[in-house]
Amino acid sequence: MEAIVLQLLSGLDGGSAYALIALGLTLIFGTLGVVNFAHGALFMIGAFCTVTLQRILTLSHTVIDDTQKDFLGNPLKVQVPYIQDWFGEATSAAIIDWSVPLAIIFAIPVMLIIGIVMERGLIKHFYKRPHADQILVTFGLAIVLQEIIKAYYGANPIPAPAPDVFKGSFDFGQLLGFEANRIIYPYWRLVYFGFATIVIASVFAFLQFTTFGMVVRAGMADRETVGLLGIDIDKRFTMMFGLAACVAGLAGVMYTPINSPNYHMGMDFLVISFVVVVVGGMGSLPGAVLAGFVLGILQSFASMREVIEVLPGINQVVIYLAAIIILLTRPRGLLGKRGVMED
Amino acid sequence: MFGLNAKDTRLLLIVIGLVVFAPFLMNPFPTDSGLAQFNAGYPDLMQRFVIFGIFAIGFNILFGLTGYLSFGHAAFLGAGSYAAVWMLKLLTINVIPAILISTLVAGAFALLIGFISLRRSGIYFSILTLAFAQMAFALAASVLTPITGGETGLQTALNDPRILDGAASGTGNIPAPALFGLEMRDSWDWVVGGWSFTFNAGYYLAGLFMIGAFYLSILIFRSPFGLMLKAIKTNQTRLNYTGLNSRPYTLAAFVISGMYAGLAGGLMASMDPLAGAERMQWTASGEVVLMAILGGAGTLIGPVLGAGFIKYFENIFSKINDNVLHQWFAFMPDGIENFLVTILHPFVGKGWHLTLGLVFMLVVIFLPGGLVEGGQRIGRLFSRKKKTDDSPNADTKPAE
Repeated sequence: MEAIVLQLLSGLDGGSAYALIALGLTLIFGTLGVVNFAHGALFMIGAFCTVTLQRILTLSHTVIDDTQKDFLGNPLKVQVPYIQDWFGEATSAAIIDWSVPLAIIFAIPVMLIIGIVMERGLIKHFYKRPHADQILVTFGLAIVLQEIIKAYYGANPIPAPAPDVFKGSFDFGQLLGFEANRIIYPYWRLVYFGFATIVIASVFAFLQFTTFGMVVRAGMADRETVGLLGIDIDKRFTMMFGLAACVAGLAGVMYTPINSPNYHMGMDFLVISFVVVVVGGMGSLPGAVLAGFVLGILQSFASMREVIEVLPGINQVVIYLAAIIILLTRPRGLLGKRGVMED
Repeated sequence: MFGLNAKDTRLLLIVIGLVVFAPFLMNPFPTDSGLAQFNAGYPDLMQRFVIFGIFAIGFNILFGLTGYLSFGHAAFLGAGSYAAVWMLKLLTINVIPAILISTLVAGAFALLIGFISLRRSGIYFSILTLAFAQMAFALAASVLTPITGGETGLQTALNDPRILDGAASGTGNIPAPALFGLEMRDSWDWVVGGWSFTFNAGYYLAGLFMIGAFYLSILIFRSPFGLMLKAIKTNQTRLNYTGLNSRPYTLAAFVISGMYAGLAGGLMASMDPLAGAERMQWTASGEVVLMAILGGAGTLIGPVLGAGFIKYFENIFSKINDNVLHQWFAFMPDGIENFLVTILHPFVGKGWHLTLGLVFMLVVIFLPGGLVEGGQRIGRLFSRKKKTDDSPNADTKPAE
């Protein structure tokens, strides 16, 4: 029982990353009808927003500190971050410690701009081209973005630790009445799951309860009619692209303490995210979220030792296996609609 | 000639000429000149040109003709490689059985995957093939280690059984793959003046296979079967309404293109008896997509050009480093020299993927027909000019 609860929990954080990326992909596909292979790269850029903010915050200048001496008796040179000069020692240490959550604020405008520039500069010209062309050009763009990041930040993973408060693990078992230390779960993963839930909920609320969201939903259903009503639907769809980029970027920002960002993390996630989108059903937002969590939990169960002993290697392939079975039995995915992407 | 019309015969003869004279064409610069680094006439690279040429030709039979975009084609290449290495280990060091069996194994593998994947079309088909290939990759790297050698890869060893040539003597060197005694790595150098041309046995064997593969692909393109595949690409629904079941045709195309990939894998293992799981990874599948599109999907010569282009730049671009750049711009003032080197630095050496990505994007955006379309446009430009004024010394270098 403990093992099952533990796997369920650890499936949630992987699942929330899949769900967030798949949600963004589906937003783009549902609104603009574009298959965006560069979405993984957006996730990666989000992660590198954290790294960038960290570097900005720790920008330092050298100060000769007379109170400390090295072994020759000379005064020691100390690196002092600029923010320490402005905010004092305790505050600046706290700011640097909290750089990952702070990066959310930094990443939102950055990702919005990147998304809008991408849509206006490149994707816009591909609406009328076949899906294969869209896949190929965004695939090329993904390579380019990935290589730019690699050229600037290097090929090695860059650690970005979570704030000290969230280090360590939470004894989840005791809360549910199990023995102590049987179900322990890192705090940050809990935070990540909570964060993903909030983002997903706000995206749905935005689409469901605002006028803007209503227009977008109308545009997804029938773009032409909305255009005839005198609404500039292209502009809203561009905003949705920016929003989708934001969602992917935020997923990346918060993922950095779980997995140190490196330049190919986007591609690693992209392949699985596409499987998630297709399993959920192309164009269905709830489907993408559902499939993300289902596949994340499935993967976590498949990595249990008991399962691997029976079916060796199942943890490596379970997502693909599930995708194949679902696609063959439910041709439109879990919650897909008729007539989407069936050309 | 060969049952082809004049235009196709010319194309085939051009390819034969390119393959036969590649050791000269790829080595246009004397070995001690500053431009020698642009030479690509060494056996390893030339072998890769033709082997990836075969791979891309096969991919093009599926994607170019039927429009089904497979993102998992590297799985067949990998399966072919493993089959070939096992044949070299178990049967004989002669490459002929290895190449034959690898083609058949990949064909059977493609039949299985194609039978399932082709139930869907569009992006669903792409994702299904991708999922199968990723599964094959993950299994080959982990659970199937006894068969595939896991992450270290599969290679020939001294004490392999080799039941046909019975060479399990356990002494001497590990025998190299050979064709009836002619080792694949055998090369013959011909030094003329400052030039040095290398003729490699493995290259010519692979080249022979590529010419055969190219000839077969012309036949397929021009056959009623090929027309049927083109009809599927154009409008599958309409084809179904005429009472034809398109599935057997797409499956046949899938298996044929899988066998091409297996042949390429078998040849790769014959040149260098080593097979690793990374050959199946989806980046490898993506590479062949790049080759076919860059050259021109759906054209005969395009995939070959694309494969050559990518493999050439992979090798040459990645060799250029800052020192070389400094040499090139040495004639300029120091400030400008450093500036130019700084600008170009991210695009060469380790960053050549960036260049590849940019070139690929530009091709998809402006030249959906690939390099072939680019060549045609340039050709049209000159032919139009010729009508008006006979432009002297028209520079007909291919677009790069």
